[in-house]
Amino acid sequence: MKKKRNSTFVNNLITYLIVIVAFVAVTLLQNAGMISRSLKGQLVPICVYIVMAVSLNLVVGISGELSLGHAGFMSVGAFAGAIFCMATKDGIADPTVRLILGMLAGGVFAGIMGVIVGVPVLRLQGDYLAIVTLAFGEIIRNVLNCVYVSTDAGQLYFGFNNPSLPGKLIVNGPQGAQGLSRISTFTMGFCLIIFTLIVVLNLINSRSGRAMMALRDNRIAAESVGISVTKYKLMAFVTSAVLAGMAGTLFGMNFSTFTASKFKFDTSILVLVFVVLGGIGNIRGSVIAAALLTILPELLRSFNDYRMLVYAVVLIVVMLATNSERSKQWLAVIKSRLSREEKGEAER
Amino acid sequence: MHLSFLSNLINGISLGSVYAIIALGYTMVYGIAKMLNFAHGDVIMIGAYISFCVTQYLNLPAWLSVLAAMFVCTLLGMTIERLAYKPLRSAPSLAVLITAIGMSYFLQNLALLIWGSNPKSFTSIISFGPLRLFDGQLIISDVAIVTVLACILIMIGLTWFTGKTRMGKAMRAVSEDKGAAQLMGVNVNRTISVTFAIGSALAAIAGVLLCSAYPTLMPTTGSMPGIKAFTAAVFGGIGSIPGAMLGGILLGIIEIFGKSYISTELGDAIVFAILIVILLVKPAGLLGKKIREKV
Repeated sequence: MKKKRNSTFVNNLITYLIVIVAFVAVTLLQNAGMISRSLKGQLVPICVYIVMAVSLNLVVGISGELSLGHAGFMSVGAFAGAIFCMATKDGIADPTVRLILGMLAGGVFAGIMGVIVGVPVLRLQGDYLAIVTLAFGEIIRNVLNCVYVSTDAGQLYFGFNNPSLPGKLIVNGPQGAQGLSRISTFTMGFCLIIFTLIVVLNLINSRSGRAMMALRDNRIAAESVGISVTKYKLMAFVTSAVLAGMAGTLFGMNFSTFTASKFKFDTSILVLVFVVLGGIGNIRGSVIAAALLTILPELLRSFNDYRMLVYAVVLIVVMLATNSERSKQWLAVIKSRLSREEKGEAER
Repeated sequence: MHLSFLSNLINGISLGSVYAIIALGYTMVYGIAKMLNFAHGDVIMIGAYISFCVTQYLNLPAWLSVLAAMFVCTLLGMTIERLAYKPLRSAPSLAVLITAIGMSYFLQNLALLIWGSNPKSFTSIISFGPLRLFDGQLIISDVAIVTVLACILIMIGLTWFTGKTRMGKAMRAVSEDKGAAQLMGVNVNRTISVTFAIGSALAAIAGVLLCSAYPTLMPTTGSMPGIKAFTAAVFGGIGSIPGAMLGGILLGIIEIFGKSYISTELGDAIVFAILIVILLVKPAGLLGKKIREKV
C-alpha cells in the first residue's frame, strides 16, 4: 500500500515538474525574444485550455459522466469575472490583484451555476446526462445574449433584453463584453494551472476521489457500500465548474471584447478532444494534449483547413482503437507474445 | 389576432413535422442499438446539400434530387454504422457517444471542405404556391402542407413496416432483447444496419423539407435541428415511434409560440428548458415505457 502511495506521489510530482519546466523555458525564451508574436498571443489560451481540459477530465475521467456543456461554465466565469474587473477598475489599482479577485468571482458564479445545473442533472445517467449538459450550455449562451450590464458612478445596472441602461455599457447583449482592459498574463495562467493541478490531483487521491471512481466503475456496488451518488458526483461537477469559471475569466480578460458565441458547443468539444487524446482519467495527458493541440495549429498554418477534420478523425480512431473488440484482441495477442519472448529469454 | 394564432399554430405543426421525421431516425436507432447517434443531424445537412447540388448543378427535377439525397444518405448512414459504431457494440456508452460526436464533427468539417462556409441559398423543391384562406388573410405555405403530408405518410408507412413486415418484427425483437432475438434466428447486425438505413433516408427527406422552409444551407445547418429532434424523441419517449411523432409536433408548436409570444432570442432556450423538465419529471417521456433496473 505504501509503495502505491509513493508511486502516485512521484507521478504527481512529474506532472508539476513538467508544467514548471515548461513555464520556465517559455519565460526564458520570451525574455531572449525567441518567441514569435503569434505564439505569444497563444500563451494565455494554452493555459486556459489546460485548465479546461484538466477540469473536464475530473468529470469525464474520474466521475465517469460525459459533460458537453463545459464551455457554458467557462462563459459564466468569463462574464462574471469581466463585470467584476470592470466594476472595480477604480477601486483596485493593482491589475494582478484585480484579476485574482475577478477569477474568484468567476469561479464562484460558475460554481453556483454548477450547483443549479448539477443537482437536477446528476440524477440522470449516460446519454441523457450528456444531452442535458449540452442543453444547459446552449441555454446559458442564449440567456447571456440577452444580458445587458452597465456601470455608472460605481453603481452596477442590470438589464434583461433591455439595452437602455444609465452610464457605460460593459456587457452589451449579443455584442458581448466590451471595453475590457487586457490584464491576463502568462504568469497568472501558470499560477492557475498549478492551482488547478493541486486541487484536482489532491481530490483524486483523497477519500472523495476514490468514492468518485468507485461510483464510476460500478454505481450499484458503490451505492450498496454507502457511497452517496449525488454528493460525490456533485462534488466533481461543481469543482470542475469552478475551475472552468476561473479559466473563463482568464480567457475573457485576455481580450478587449468577447461575445457569448466564443463559448459555443465547439469549444466544449475541443476540450473533450483534449481530454480523450490525453487519455480519459489521465491528468498529465490532458495537460500535454491541451498544450500541444493548441500550439500545433499555430505551427502548421497551411494545414489549418483540415485541422478540425483531423481532430474528428483522431477522436474516432482513438475511440475505436481503445474500445473495439478486435483491437483489444490484437493488443492481447501482442502482449502475450512479448511476455512469451521475455520468458523465453529468461529461461535461456 | 385569431388568425395570427392560427398561422403560428400551422407554422408550429409544420416545423414540428420536420422534427418528428428527424426524431424517428433517432428513436429507432436508440431503440435498437441503444446509442445516441449524434451524427444524425449532420446526415440531414448532407442530404440537403446533395439535393441542392443535384438541382443546381445537374439541373435535374426536384423529385429526383430527393431520391438522390435519400440514396446517398442511406449509404452514408450504413457506412457510418459499419465503420464507427459496429466495432463498439459492446463498448461502454461513453466511448460510443464520443465516437458519435467525432462522426458528427467529421461530417460537418467534410461539408465545410467540400462546399465551403458560405451559406447556400436553397431553392424550395415545392412550388405550387401557397394556400390562401379567409380572403388571403391566412396564408399557408406550400412547403408547410407538403411537410405535414409527408410526415403523416411516413408515420403510416413506418407503423405498417414495424407492425407487419418480417424486418419490422425483427427490429422490435432486437430492441426488446438483443440476445434473445439472436437466439431466435434474427440477424442482429443486418437489422441494425437496416435501421440505420431507414433513419438516414428519413433524415434526407427531413433535410430537404427543412431547407425548403428555412433556405439557408450551411455545414452547421443540421446540428441544431438534430439536437432539437433528439429533444423531441426524448419528449415523446425514446424508442417509441408514435412518441417521436407526438414529441416532434409538440416541440415545433412550443418553439414557434415561444419565439413569437415570449422572446425570439430565447426560443432555443425554452425548447431546451422543456427537455430538462421532461427528463426530470417524466424520464421515460410522454409515451415511453419505464424500465426498471435489475440488480
